[in-house]
Amino acid sequence: MGLAIVAEDLRKRYGDTVALDGLDLAVPEGTVCGLLGPNGAGKTTAVRVLATLLRMDSGRATVAGCDVTSDPRAVRAKIGLTSQHDAVDEALSGRRNLEMFGRLHHLSPAAARRRADELLERFGLSEAATRPAKKYSGGMRRRLDLAASFIRAPRVLFLDEPTTGQDPRNRNEVWDVVRSLVAEGTTVLLTTHYLDEADQLADSISVIDRGRVIASGTPAELKARVGGSQIDVVVAAESDLSVAASAVGFACGCTPSVDTAVRRVTAPAVEPVAALGAVLRGLEDVGVTAEDVALRRPTLDEVFLQLTGRPAESETSAEEVAA
Amino acid sequence: MIARLQWGVYDTWTITRRDLITWVINPVRVVGELVFPIMFVLLFGYVFGSGMVVPGGGDYRDFLMPGIFAMTMAFGIGNTMTVVATDIERGVMDRFRSLPMAPSAIVAGRCSADMVNSFLGLLITIACGLVVGWSWHDGLLNALFAVLLLLLLRFACLWIGIYLGLIVGSPEAAGAIWGLLFPFTMVTSAFVAPELMPDWLGFLAEWNPLSSTVGAARELFGNVGAETGSSWIASNAVLMAAVWPLVITAIFLPLSVRRYQRLSR
Ligand SMILES: Nc1ncnc2c1ncn2[C@@H]1O[C@H](COP(=O)(O)OP(=O)(O)OP(=O)(O)O)[C@@H](O)[C@H]1O
Ligand SMILES: [Mg+2]
Repeated sequence: MGLAIVAEDLRKRYGDTVALDGLDLAVPEGTVCGLLGPNGAGKTTAVRVLATLLRMDSGRATVAGCDVTSDPRAVRAKIGLTSQHDAVDEALSGRRNLEMFGRLHHLSPAAARRRADELLERFGLSEAATRPAKKYSGGMRRRLDLAASFIRAPRVLFLDEPTTGQDPRNRNEVWDVVRSLVAEGTTVLLTTHYLDEADQLADSISVIDRGRVIASGTPAELKARVGGSQIDVVVAAESDLSVAASAVGFACGCTPSVDTAVRRVTAPAVEPVAALGAVLRGLEDVGVTAEDVALRRPTLDEVFLQLTGRPAESETSAEEVAA
Repeated sequence: MIARLQWGVYDTWTITRRDLITWVINPVRVVGELVFPIMFVLLFGYVFGSGMVVPGGGDYRDFLMPGIFAMTMAFGIGNTMTVVATDIERGVMDRFRSLPMAPSAIVAGRCSADMVNSFLGLLITIACGLVVGWSWHDGLLNALFAVLLLLLLRFACLWIGIYLGLIVGSPEAAGAIWGLLFPFTMVTSAFVAPELMPDWLGFLAEWNPLSSTVGAARELFGNVGAETGSSWIASNAVLMAAVWPLVITAIFLPLSVRRYQRLSR
């Protein structure tokens, strides 16, 4: 299995801002790589460099076997790109949009029309095919935009925050489409603020901060780095929180995190079963009633927090950025 | 190499077609193109027109129409700028740039689409003029020459529009810039003869590239008010109607190309 995307030591600066600071990536063919990182980490910049929209200052990158710098046209013939916008002509109907992009992919007019109809069918837009895109709902426009990046069944697909601002149903639809493409052999590079999206779709994740990869691996590997399992204790009364926290901390041998809003104490457990017993005994000793005690795998949020020292973007702030 | 050239032409046609389709799918567009000229004809021809003086006498509407033709061409700056800025903001420009199409076709397609649009718009405005009693009096050949000079002005405006559109990058900003440019398109000989303006304003109006095209169109259409004033610039209108647009193009075409290339910096 070859590598569909290789990036070595990519560097890019805008004036004084360093956007990419020695970024490395290697994505095997037919897999989904998730790029995760806080705002301004350099995710979009990386995608734009790899999609030939932006020249890097230094470094080397190949996409689908073609060199990004020396042979951008060959790269463009093999990629699809969905950026943070819905990049479609709003005055034109869905079908005319896809026909236009098909022709620009150098399909014959007849082939472009056939492909447009296939894609409309596949993305559930057949009924809206002749309506102008400005009359589409947000979800429909997003699907049209995705359809436009699938014209030639791209070898490599770049998705820059494909579901930002989408409701859960649309998000699921987009995920399904991405999965079906991957099943057909497409390689996907996906940037996202939503950790569950990366969890759902990505075979591997690269966490980016300040223009470089600070951690990478499968979602499971990254979660394991946080310390295996997590213990959640929810107490009945808020006044018990501090006592419970010290009991849990003693049992697990660390400082737990406390979420006052949901009356929850969370701590990583290296020896999960032993720690669980210790926590239960400790709570009994201090006389705190627990409403719920659970042992679970860590979330990517916790991974993110530990790696970058910052929580991942919440949904609302991510949408503000997109707006 | 030949193949590249052929694809370049095919891609340019695809982008042009994208724009021309809107005439078919949205026939209301014809109405939209009519609004401006009709508004100006009504406003100046009938409302202000009664108080307007044409140097040397003559019908004011005969004087006015070549001015409106040239204005219609100059308004092309706003159109082109807005379309380019919208494409950038919506990410459509990025999508084009990520396709295996000929990069030059993005600009070439814009160019040919706008020229065809403006030609159709000009035909509509001319029809408007005929309705209110304007006509050419100096032969069809001269009239066609006048149309050619008007389109040459539009071609120059196109490059100003592309350049500004690439700079501003959003339709809102494009609107604001157009608001600033708009008065500049009004200080011309289109509505009032410059010699009737205060000296400094008259000077500006005479040297406004638009005025040369207006003057040339009056002369070639055989309308009243040709060669108003005795200044060099006014009496060489036809020459300057060719020179000005070529100079503007020579400045803004390379600027636009540079700016376009900078999108990937
Ligand atoms: N055109 C530009 N001019 C100047 N600085 C830029 C430009 N584009 C990006 N930057 C800067 O480069 C850095 C990386 O930006 P980038 O857009 O790649 O981040 P991102 O990870 O995609 O962020 P987000 O999650 O907000 O989309 C940021 O500091 C940003 O301000
Ligand atoms: Mg981004």
